[in-house]
Amino acid sequence: MSKVLAIGEISAGKLKKASKEVTSIGKKYGSVNCVLIGENAAGFAAELASVGADTVYVSDVKDYAADVYAKAIKEIIGKNGYEIILIPHSWTGRDIAGRLGALLDTAVISDAIELNEEGGRIIVKKPVYSGKAFVKLKIKSNPQIITIRPNSMGIEENAGEGKVENITIDISSAKAKITSLNSTPSDKIALSEADIVVSGGRGMKSGENFKILEELADLLKAGVGATRAAVDAEWVDHTLQVGQTGQTVSPNLYIAAGISGAIQHLAGMGSSKNIVAINKDPDAPIFKVATFGIVDDLFKIIPTFTEEVKKIKG
Amino acid sequence: MNILVLIKQVPDTEANISVSGSKINEGGIKWIISPYDEIALEEALRIREKKGGSVTVISVGTENTITALRTAYAMGADNAIHIKNDNYNMLDSFTIAEAIIKAIGDIKYDIILSGRQGSDSDNGQVPLIIASKLDIAVVSYAKKVELSENKAVITAETEGGQAVYETSFPVVITANAGLNEPRYPSLKGIMASKKKPIDTKDLAELGVNIESKIEILGFEPPPQRGKGKIIEGDEPEQKARELARILHEEVKAF
Repeated sequence: MSKVLAIGEISAGKLKKASKEVTSIGKKYGSVNCVLIGENAAGFAAELASVGADTVYVSDVKDYAADVYAKAIKEIIGKNGYEIILIPHSWTGRDIAGRLGALLDTAVISDAIELNEEGGRIIVKKPVYSGKAFVKLKIKSNPQIITIRPNSMGIEENAGEGKVENITIDISSAKAKITSLNSTPSDKIALSEADIVVSGGRGMKSGENFKILEELADLLKAGVGATRAAVDAEWVDHTLQVGQTGQTVSPNLYIAAGISGAIQHLAGMGSSKNIVAINKDPDAPIFKVATFGIVDDLFKIIPTFTEEVKKIKG
Repeated sequence: MNILVLIKQVPDTEANISVSGSKINEGGIKWIISPYDEIALEEALRIREKKGGSVTVISVGTENTITALRTAYAMGADNAIHIKNDNYNMLDSFTIAEAIIKAIGDIKYDIILSGRQGSDSDNGQVPLIIASKLDIAVVSYAKKVELSENKAVITAETEGGQAVYETSFPVVITANAGLNEPRYPSLKGIMASKKKPIDTKDLAELGVNIESKIEILGFEPPPQRGKGKIIEGDEPEQKARELARILHEEVKAF
């Protein structure tokens, strides 16, 4: 049984789902406590307790500063002797993990999709070359810091004590200061967190046409993704790009509309649990990884499919 | 501006990766500068073109890594440092970062640019480790870099949006897609790059602790996906309705 520390995240006034996921995973390897830094952090302690957190260290700060956060987390680890540190593999999680490793002089393994324990050491499985191969490895130094791919391991309810402990963080010591923040609307689902992703490729033909995917995505509470071809054509912003040099996603359902399935794209979505491919070309490589395929014009399929989903959802 | 760019040599993103036993088959792979590092180098060259100064590229790896450094020369870099490591492991971010820190030594760089992650390990830790160990600022996932006399204003991707950071020098910046469109090396640049000197340093001679903090247990191919089902129908509408039914009733996706 190990002492595990999970690092949670707050985004757009909500506890990110990945916070519960890393806490829940931590519970499997021993006792788990959490760090949660952000606005109204204490208000989310109960949610973390529901998946196993005994103590939640909270700090109610508004601004993000990875260097300051990492130093505060290092102090907590030093005082309490945590052996395993689990962090969501998100924008902020990655940004903090590398710094934390340097501060503690220990290695970090990024983007884990599977963990197993062997004598107090965690055997980590992670994709390399954006999912074209996998590697199993372990950390020999202490503590073991691992970032976990969101949605890869799931969440189990398992009540912990849920004590709240305040920690002080002085943002003014940050080396790089945020002077303005431009948030995307909070009703949009983050790609990496989404259970369903609706993605478009070259077959979408224009940026305007992405509206039909957005409409479907809103209905399914899904994230919208795109291929590099769609991004390069400037139909959509590159933050939507899925694949090598873009984001990696592993949702329960990935709907690929007008996507041929270039190797770089398959690398970013190949670990999705269910893949739907809609493409006119029966020889498109996307059909090789598809769980369900429709060989047809996406502009005929998507609107009817959207109507049908509306009916089902009532 | 004195700029250092961290370069990683990786397999071409088009490459098929095959695994045999506990190794990656390197035969037939074309090697390139990791795409994000190429963006970082482009940004460094643009800064030099505007502000003057020099661009030094540095890479850790086997003898083979020199190809990436020559490409950087061909794009316009001024100096190239190769830290030779015959036991190079693309996943060992800590050793790579320590080697670069040792090679930097007392040299003062105003900006250290790097891609946000290597497209092989997808770790993205090296620039963070270097900045933390040197106790200097680091801004991750930059999409726009603006410089004035004594500060850098960097627009970067962050959770759920974009943040604008302000920081003084020195600063480590990691490049995200969208920061720029890297140039192609000119023919003249390619020809000239062949004669440029590479400053080679040996990892062990730099005094880097070569005892890795990680242990690789083995590589494996991605799991095979089961054969998929093609949804047939006379009309597209019929196929679309059947898809909705399957996803709702069988997959229970919604």
